[in-house]
Amino acid sequence: MLDGLTIADIVFWILASLILVAGTSVVMARNLVHAALFMVLTFFGISGIYVLLEADFIAVVQILIYVGAIAVLIMFGVMLTQREDMGETNAYSAHGRSAAIVVGTFLLVIIIALSATKWLIHPQAALPETVGPIADLMLTTFVIPFEAVAILLTVAVLGAIILSKGARRTP
Amino acid sequence: MILHVSLNHYLILAAILFCIGLYGAVAKQNAISILMGIELMLNAVNINLIAFNRFMQPAILVGHVFSIFVIALAAAEVAIGLALVLSVYRDRRTVNIEDFNWLKW
Amino acid sequence: MIQYATENAWLIPVLPTSAFVLIGLLFFRSKTLSAAISITAIGAALLQSLLILFAVLIKPEVQEFTVTWFKISGFHVEMGFLIDPIAAMMLVVVTLVALMVQVYSLGYMHGDPGFSSYYAYHSLFAASMLGLVLANNFVQLYIFWELVGLCSYLLIGFWFQKPTAVDAAKKAFITNRIGDFGLLLGILLIQIIFGTLNFQKLQGIIGSEYIAATSLTLLVLLVFAGPVGKSAQFPLHVWLPDAMEGPTPVSALIHAATMVAAGVYLVARAFFLFAASPQALLIVAYLGGFTALFAASIAIVQNDIKRILAFSTLSQLGYMMMALGIGSVTAGMFHLMTHAFFKALLFLGAGSVIHALHEEQDIWKMGKLSKSMPITTATFLIGSLALSGIFPLAGFWSKDEILNATISNGYTGLFILGVFVAFLTSFYMFRLIFVAFYGPSQQHHHTPHESPLVMTIPLIILAALSVAAGWVGIPWLSVNFATYVHYGAVHHGVNTWVMLLSTIVALAGIWTAHMIYRKNVVAPAELVQRYSTIHRILTNKYYIDEIYNWAAARILDASARVLYWVDIKIVDGIVNGLGAGARWSGFFLRLIETGQTQHYAMAMIVGVVLIALMFSLLDAGLSLNSWLGGGSLTWFYR
Repeated sequence: MLDGLTIADIVFWILASLILVAGTSVVMARNLVHAALFMVLTFFGISGIYVLLEADFIAVVQILIYVGAIAVLIMFGVMLTQREDMGETNAYSAHGRSAAIVVGTFLLVIIIALSATKWLIHPQAALPETVGPIADLMLTTFVIPFEAVAILLTVAVLGAIILSKGARRTP
Repeated sequence: MILHVSLNHYLILAAILFCIGLYGAVAKQNAISILMGIELMLNAVNINLIAFNRFMQPAILVGHVFSIFVIALAAAEVAIGLALVLSVYRDRRTVNIEDFNWLKW
Repeated sequence: MIQYATENAWLIPVLPTSAFVLIGLLFFRSKTLSAAISITAIGAALLQSLLILFAVLIKPEVQEFTVTWFKISGFHVEMGFLIDPIAAMMLVVVTLVALMVQVYSLGYMHGDPGFSSYYAYHSLFAASMLGLVLANNFVQLYIFWELVGLCSYLLIGFWFQKPTAVDAAKKAFITNRIGDFGLLLGILLIQIIFGTLNFQKLQGIIGSEYIAATSLTLLVLLVFAGPVGKSAQFPLHVWLPDAMEGPTPVSALIHAATMVAAGVYLVARAFFLFAASPQALLIVAYLGGFTALFAASIAIVQNDIKRILAFSTLSQLGYMMMALGIGSVTAGMFHLMTHAFFKALLFLGAGSVIHALHEEQDIWKMGKLSKSMPITTATFLIGSLALSGIFPLAGFWSKDEILNATISNGYTGLFILGVFVAFLTSFYMFRLIFVAFYGPSQQHHHTPHESPLVMTIPLIILAALSVAAGWVGIPWLSVNFATYVHYGAVHHGVNTWVMLLSTIVALAGIWTAHMIYRKNVVAPAELVQRYSTIHRILTNKYYIDEIYNWAAARILDASARVLYWVDIKIVDGIVNGLGAGARWSGFFLRLIETGQTQHYAMAMIVGVVLIALMFSLLDAGLSLNSWLGGGSLTWFYR
């Protein structure tokens, strides 16, 4: 059973465990700040997975954006909305148990469906460098979604500003 | 053969991560925790996309492009979500989602 | 000429119809013109009918002319006319009596404000009756049947300012309608079972189509319901006495000679139907006999001259039905013909009396009319003798034919009944004559005078017919009425004993009336005293009207109650229930809106999970299926 095991496989198993443990901790940590930090760890793990999958550009983008922007944003949010001590801030809601059952069923169904499917694996090796092809695709076939996302980001920025500024208080 | 990594492994990893994020989204009180759960879900989707691209169509990087869009959208969504939470917090001084029940019957 | 008349027999009903239309639309204002048009039309119809009669006498075969009206698959409706001896005879009778009545009405209705519409209605009635007579299929017959009922309503309620007249018209129409409903059901059943409504075709296939005996009897009885209503047999007889509210010429034409005879005519026309069901024929015979006795018993105590004649008509109609019921179409139609003449005569004579006495109808308030109104008295006497069946007037031969047929077909009970009713008939008629025409004069105000010529000439003509019309049926002739009008085999029976018996009985009736009302052997008042209960029952017509009123009121009340309950409980319940249901479901559905975002998210996720489960089970089932060897779980994939 242990024959044919490459370094890549071992790295995968390590990274996978890291991701799953960190992810569980995000949900189960009692302190909200701890949860946010565990989330950063998860992101790093996922970036490693991307490297394993030879998606170099995406791996870097993951760290840049998720860790660099989103996690920071979340941390800001945590800080700005807590007033008293940070202890019991990540509580469960009322129906946590029934949610677990539903989600568990879902997981089971997906895994069974996954295992039963015969995937058509392509034997060709991955591309050595991905940035170029991504750029080619982005600016030719997917140029419209590209521009649309640009507009969407602009709108998001505007929306965030308006929402955080608050309603105009008339005297 | 279970230990030798194939497409199924990545897919199952993504599935488990997705379900963890789903659980976080529906079973936590704090609005920020829910946003974190959503982020986990989006990441799981990304893993799926990249894995499928690598194993089933390595030459054309459509999966990567899709993944970039997902990341961009996740960022935008977190920004808006936090803006919403902050605006509610300013008024009601709470981020407990069980207190956001003004649309009750 | 005769050939033309026969082939264009459709003109006969069309002429009075055009008279009706012309009077109704154009010549309403002019009274003389309306009457002239109407009388001309009916006169022309009479001429054509006579020509057709000649044609039939020369060649007594059935002729039929049809035109298809419309055809739906399986249902073929046609219009046409059928000419055979019965139809020819009826045509002449109807047109002749109608002409006499219309001429008489010139005098009777003189000065009435509704003069024009009266003649319009008369034309319409003549058209309907003639159309009925000529009908060659049930649909056409039913159409004209209803039209005749309508005209009866219009003419009974002619003096519509009188509330009693309006009530009588309504009663006539409704009672007729009840009978017509049965007739309609019968016609529908015939169409369903036999597939055709043409009389000739039905006659051919009546034997071949298989139908259970009870069903056939039921069908025939349904068809018979129409004649029960139209010819006023018991229990639908209640409208005929009240119909006397109409003008007397109307009573003469419609309720003595023609319309009420339509029922008898239908039975004769559709006799093949009745002959196929002996039980139905039995019912027809006994019902007719019962009606005859019933009506005659009421007639002997009535005081209104028209009511006596009305009940007399009822009784004679019973005779006709009885004759048909025992199987003798000859006897029934013969009596119909003679009855039409002498009953019309009697009614017109009564009208003459009423008119002269300024609308007085109570016989006890008349008297000594023989001196002041000789022609009326003479013709009335001739009519009464004919009705009583005295040799050699018309009624003798026809009544004799009936009694002869009864005894020779073995219905001894009905024979005795017929003889007794003959006794009663002559009794009440001569009671009427002795009291009204020969009694002491009650008219102290002024002496009445004879009616004008325009009224007396029809009386004389009808009197002549009352004498002579019966001679076509003299049984010793080799070719007589029976040769032409018959069903099945022709038989010429002569029974002198029956003739003798009927004459004796009639004379006995006259003698009894003479004793009581002329010679006062027993004072009438004393008789009333002695038999007061019976007298009361008879005077009140056996309280049948009261029973019907009570029953109708109860039924109406009960059904109104039921419908009220349905309306309040069920209909309102449903409507209110829908409203309450909407409110109630809203009350429970609103609880879904908890305001908790996570509840909504959970709901969506559960939905997705269920769909995923469904699809996976489907796939799992399929793969399990193929693994097991195929075929067992495909139902799941529906």
